[in-house]
Amino acid sequence: MTVDNWQDRIQVQTADFSVDEEYQRLCCDNAADGAVVFFVGRVRDRNQGDQVSLLELEHYPGMTEKALQGIVDDARSRWQLGRVSVVHRVGPMNIEEQIVFVGVSSPHRGNAFEAAEYIMDYLKSRAPFWKKERILDTNGELREERWVDARDSDSAALERWE
Amino acid sequence: MIQVLLFARLRDELGTGTVNLEIPSPARVRDVRAALCQQFPQHRALLAEGKALVAINQNLTNDEQASVSERDEVALFPPMTGG
Repeated sequence: MTVDNWQDRIQVQTADFSVDEEYQRLCCDNAADGAVVFFVGRVRDRNQGDQVSLLELEHYPGMTEKALQGIVDDARSRWQLGRVSVVHRVGPMNIEEQIVFVGVSSPHRGNAFEAAEYIMDYLKSRAPFWKKERILDTNGELREERWVDARDSDSAALERWE
Repeated sequence: MIQVLLFARLRDELGTGTVNLEIPSPARVRDVRAALCQQFPQHRALLAEGKALVAINQNLTNDEQASVSERDEVALFPPMTGG
């Protein structure tokens, strides 16, 4: 599902995304914003000391887009922002693949930096995504598939915005 | 009857993505949680407040007293791990 209004791009998709295209969307015909900040989240090869071979992202279709739009709306109420893009992938992803893109444009950099971090912080524990990872043993054989537990540090990250 | 959607680990552990609860509608969130615990006593720990979050019509709620009816979309799921 795509929610495209005049400035927000909220996209949940299985396909990979192009950072270059996402950056162009933030900049194209946009002379008002002198700052663009973006973040890309990628699949790491290790988690909690274990070797990860695959990450699978599940979501709650419908609620996900609504929750992301809510987070972007909250960011807009706090900072003067130009364009905002949130692209989040779901489904299976190999290590080193891109998971999420959060990009923000603004007349000045302060707002863009803060808003991008705010959106990422909330997206991690307030949008209905769940991660499952495939773990390998020391011989590189499949050991287990496990759901990733939410981290206290992710909830703690929200406190500074409250 | 109230229908509950389950996601992620909760769906895997309970073995179903949808549970129909034979409880009067409307009910409170805490009644939904209690009915699920009764139906899946081996998974009480996963269904506890804080372990299973609740969304009503795709909006998160912390209110165990919130009212839900058979017309509402009710979902339970583990704490979220996006990004």
